[in-house]
Amino acid sequence: MAFNITIDASNDAFTCAEGQNVLAAMERLGRKGIPVGCRGGGCGICKVQVLNNGAYHTLKMSRAQVSEADEAAGICLACKLIPEGDLELKPIGVLRNKLLDYTKTL
Amino acid sequence: MALSGVMRPGHTCIRVLEMEPALTHYVDHMGLIKADEDDQGRVYLKAWDEHDCFSIVLREADSPGMDFMGFKTYGDGELDRLADKVRASGREVEEIPAGELTGCGRRLRFEIPSGHLIELYDEKDYVGNGLGRRNPDPWPRGLKGMKVNRYDHCLLYGPNIPDNIEFFTQVLEMNLTERVVTPDDTPMVAFFSCSNKAHDIAFVHHDEPNKFHHASFLLNSWEEVLHAADIMGMEGISIDIGPTRHGITRGRTIYFFDPSGNRNEVFCGDYTWYPDREPITWDAEEIGKAIFYHDRKLNENFLGVVT
Repeated sequence: MAFNITIDASNDAFTCAEGQNVLAAMERLGRKGIPVGCRGGGCGICKVQVLNNGAYHTLKMSRAQVSEADEAAGICLACKLIPEGDLELKPIGVLRNKLLDYTKTL
Repeated sequence: MALSGVMRPGHTCIRVLEMEPALTHYVDHMGLIKADEDDQGRVYLKAWDEHDCFSIVLREADSPGMDFMGFKTYGDGELDRLADKVRASGREVEEIPAGELTGCGRRLRFEIPSGHLIELYDEKDYVGNGLGRRNPDPWPRGLKGMKVNRYDHCLLYGPNIPDNIEFFTQVLEMNLTERVVTPDDTPMVAFFSCSNKAHDIAFVHHDEPNKFHHASFLLNSWEEVLHAADIMGMEGISIDIGPTRHGITRGRTIYFFDPSGNRNEVFCGDYTWYPDREPITWDAEEIGKAIFYHDRKLNENFLGVVT
């Protein structure tokens, strides 16, 4: 069984096999739409908001990135997100670093 | 005697989300050896060519990252002399009794300007590298995975890099080996050596304090870096970038992540540092080449993904 994953505000869509995490499914197909970081639930770059009422469960994620309140509001990390139905996702992760900001001014 | 004072990075305590996958990663895939476990559930690991009883401590927690990094000092009275200098610089020093980490003597811990906890100690149980001290073989049988030789250094992210430079050079008496500066000469990146290596600890400017970029482990050769990359392919380990070469330190390297998202490096071949050398300066405009010499372009993930 596979589920349809669509990314809000872009035309990206891909399928995710049962038991697979959303980020791995996206990367395996060479698709984009969700930024990729550590792939281990630690860095928070692949944070998404689940927009529809789709079914899913998550594996252990860093509490420094996703609070209990976040989790209750449908926010999670795509690398730890296991769909149980079709999902519509909005990427909300932020990559921030001063050196990176500086290079963007050049 | 040439090396005294702060001698080497001796240990790092890394937080992991789940212990079992972490042990598969660090022991089965990287080749560290499980040395001990304490009543708090912390697991102690050592690389085969280390002689003290542990270098990496794993602690299960609800967020990954680094708890603290410890440096071993060498020489009579050096531990207390350096701790006095830390106090005199206006920083509080917490004394942690011997045995709090199994096999480690008393540790003197303080917070550095970038918000990280650093500690000094001068005693740890000596267990040797398993080869003996008389007519030893060159390496032990039965090593696993990447067969890392030893824990080498950490790169940490946080604010106040100029203050860190002053602290590490003036108080801890380490050498600045390389730095990256903006056109107004503000340092954004700083590498330090307490020994003959191009780096024993390094920092990159980041607004949020106390962030962990990576812990690095030494391999013997470029061929072994490729072998490590093969292990990553076989075991499905999350690769960040590489195998490639750094401009800074000239290291040949691959970066990857543990199952909790903490970055690791295995590398070989930086240069030999001597304290009479002058530091190297990189311009921030050349940061792409400074970090990854072949790509020569800015790598956003390397600069932004931390735990």
